[in-house]
Amino acid sequence: MGFVDNKHLSSAVMQPDQVSPDQGRRSFLQGVLAAGGCILAVDLLPARAGAAPAAVIKTGADAMSVFKTGADAMPHGTVNNPHVFITIDPSGKVTIIAARVEMGTGAARTSLPLIIADEMEADWNHVVIRQGHGDETYFGNQDTDGSRSVRHFFMPMRQTGAAMRAMLVAAAARRWNVPASEVRAENHQVLHAASGRKLSYGDLAGDVAKMPVPAAETLTLKQPEEFRYIGKGRIGMVDLFDITTGRAPYGIDTRLPGMKYAVIARPPVVGGKLVSFDATEALKVPGVEKVLEVQGWPWPSKFQPVGGVAVIARNTGAAIKGREALKITWDDGPNATYDSEAYRKEITATAQKPGLVVRNDGDADAAFAKAARVITADYYLPHLAHVSMEPPCATAVVADGKCEVWAPVQSPGNTFEELVKTLGLPPEAVKVNVTLLGGGFGRKSKCDFVLEAALIARDVKAPVKLVWTRDDDIRHDFYHTVSAEHLEAAIDAGGKVVGWRHRSVAPPIGSTFAAGVTHEIPIELGMGFVDLPYDIANIRCENGEAQAHTRIGWFRSVSNIPHGFAVQSFSAELAHALGRDPKDFLLDLIGPARIVDPRATAEKFWNYGEPFETYPIDTGRLRHVVELVAEKAGWGRKLPQGHGLGIAVHRSFVSYIATVVEVAVDARGNLSVPRVDTAIDCGAFVNPERIRSQIEGAAVMGLSLAKYGALTFKNGRAEQANFDDFPVIRIDEAPQVTHTHIVDSGYNVPPSGVGEPGVPPFAPALCNAIFAATGKRLRQMPIGDQLAI
Amino acid sequence: MLKLHVNGRDWSYDGDPEIPLLWVLRDEFGLTGTKFGCGAGLCGACTVHVDGEAQRACTMQVSDAEGHAIVTIEGLDSKGEHPVQKAWRQLNVPQCGYCQAGQIMQAAAFLAKTPNPTRDDIHGAMSGNICRCGCYERIEAAIHLASTGV
Repeated sequence: MGFVDNKHLSSAVMQPDQVSPDQGRRSFLQGVLAAGGCILAVDLLPARAGAAPAAVIKTGADAMSVFKTGADAMPHGTVNNPHVFITIDPSGKVTIIAARVEMGTGAARTSLPLIIADEMEADWNHVVIRQGHGDETYFGNQDTDGSRSVRHFFMPMRQTGAAMRAMLVAAAARRWNVPASEVRAENHQVLHAASGRKLSYGDLAGDVAKMPVPAAETLTLKQPEEFRYIGKGRIGMVDLFDITTGRAPYGIDTRLPGMKYAVIARPPVVGGKLVSFDATEALKVPGVEKVLEVQGWPWPSKFQPVGGVAVIARNTGAAIKGREALKITWDDGPNATYDSEAYRKEITATAQKPGLVVRNDGDADAAFAKAARVITADYYLPHLAHVSMEPPCATAVVADGKCEVWAPVQSPGNTFEELVKTLGLPPEAVKVNVTLLGGGFGRKSKCDFVLEAALIARDVKAPVKLVWTRDDDIRHDFYHTVSAEHLEAAIDAGGKVVGWRHRSVAPPIGSTFAAGVTHEIPIELGMGFVDLPYDIANIRCENGEAQAHTRIGWFRSVSNIPHGFAVQSFSAELAHALGRDPKDFLLDLIGPARIVDPRATAEKFWNYGEPFETYPIDTGRLRHVVELVAEKAGWGRKLPQGHGLGIAVHRSFVSYIATVVEVAVDARGNLSVPRVDTAIDCGAFVNPERIRSQIEGAAVMGLSLAKYGALTFKNGRAEQANFDDFPVIRIDEAPQVTHTHIVDSGYNVPPSGVGEPGVPPFAPALCNAIFAATGKRLRQMPIGDQLAI
Repeated sequence: MLKLHVNGRDWSYDGDPEIPLLWVLRDEFGLTGTKFGCGAGLCGACTVHVDGEAQRACTMQVSDAEGHAIVTIEGLDSKGEHPVQKAWRQLNVPQCGYCQAGQIMQAAAFLAKTPNPTRDDIHGAMSGNICRCGCYERIEAAIHLASTGV
């Protein structure tokens, strides 16, 4: 297997057995060429157009829809050069490069290419999608995380498509020797109405292939009423056929000639290390070929491997069996006593004491001193594991001073940089090919598993596929944090909330990157904590110290989960204590429509990396989703015995979401969810069908974490290892129906996040519904058997 | 040397007969449509048909597969037009898609025996298959659709 020379496309590599010749349609083999035992990508892209493609068009010409986003502050920003993303074949086939990563939202391989296709007037039936490899200097930022894809790339992709449309028009006008103003592009053709002449896009392929990209001010973006695909939701996912026939290429499916298969035994405690191992018995297992030590980095090790012992075999089954036969002595290191029960008590106690003040409006102490009544509550949410259905895995070749990997990574650019550093190779010798991801949820933003594969491949001197087993995944995750949340409200004699104190205590993500980080970092504080949008004069947010004893990472919607759970549960508790309807009281807490600006009172306020001017905290939009969901869910309707409705609202990833859960709790305390309603205002949107799927999925994930989510430690070791002791929701307990109500704001409102924001309001809405149904207030997650009678 | 009959073809395998069928299908035969999810029969990602019955390939020893007709997602329908596959596409069921081969194989075996399932029938048959993205509502709808004609 040689290295793939192609500079910018991910190389699809597999063996012919996998696909039968009669299964060609929509195959990922489109555009790739069989070459002996493996299949290499064909170079479909011209050479890099200029040193800095991002600079070609800096702003769109259409003031209607140009808005500044946080994309500019991301590494490598955005690119809008059509030569980077679009190739037209003389047959008329249009190839669009997906440069971001597809993990199930549909954003990377369907929605963003749809934007290009729409603006360039391409017929989607003649569009194929190819996956770009990890190269942020060429494609712009590829870190597919933070619900950013449409938010940051909506306008650059429109500009890319509009530029190509202008080039096609210019090419046809030149051929016909008529002014470009007399020519228009429509559905894969360029037309000259006056003469009735037509040229297909394929006819013009050669003309536009090397054409300079027109200047920004000459571009005309489409008017929304001209959109063919954007906002319509009529196009299925690009990979739908391949997914349903088993041919969609995930990371775990990569196959290279002569490839070996590996698993690793890792230190059971984070910060631990290998003392010694005996491979005698492992090497006797049929199919096991080699056992070797994998280098580990001292904790906190960021995304570097934790080290261990790798077993290399002819297939994964033999490698797993070989690993079971290893005899290993570990040094457990400084986290050997991590115990979740003791830690819960510790952080809950910390949350009773004043912490670092991270937002301070008015004078909370005075408000509490004068209060007619003070209401307090404490909430607790444990660690979670991501458990994407495809566990971490990667395939690597390291030979002849080069490294090439195939991996399901959310962060191809970072993976590339970490490989360069870890292997000590020059950047031009490293290539990261991006596969489909079998789920990500934030886990696959951390490239430790790719570095492991590369280290093993280097030592084995053969292509190696590393697979994490499910217990590896659950025991060695970068876990969602564990959190204690303490809430206090000062109520005046009129029943109005005049003071608010919120203390959050949780080991921070920062602890994974540097020793001694014990306070929540700005991105965590900004997630539903210091951005509290309530109309209360005296607000104090405090953050107590929490020492991490494991690797903390981001999990879909991150700190919004504990913060949102506490704030939205507490809001309903206050409503009950004050004899108010929870929905009406929630609207009172939010107050009138206005812009809430925490920048003055919250130091280092983080607004999801977005400029506040483009994405302010708009309580009008927040109120609207509450009112909309209440109306659609039939808030206040008569319910059967044992049923209850609960509501919660939360702004995250600069979108506004409110959820009403209907719960049914039977006489034995078994809960089911007959209905979920969620209203989402995510600004301008591209693919409402995929927005619905994200909201449906968020309800299931929210129910999983509320009902079962608990990853616990004893003696430094994760106590769970598979879906029997770390359960997730199955079909028979999933919400029976989820109604998604998308606010149509038009295209003057900037697009905002969709992938994550559905998660945070679900658990508090559920627990508020359980309270309505049973009178039981659940403040500690998961629900587990707390309702059992 | 084991002889296996997979997707209407004969295959041979000369390795350890005690490892799970899953890894022989994936790593030795290149039939990677059958996915690894848990290795313990808990998630259904590796579901294949053994003599028409849905089975978890991750807990079936490969030697036990000898003498049986194995069908994987690649062999369910040569054109990918099984009613379950068509229903899945019509309703845009998948998100990441990773578990869907197992879901489809489970549903196809179930519908072959239960052509007109109730909601409870579907839940009973499909509760061994996990979808972490949470496509369950659409999976249920797609099975109903497949059962009533796509």
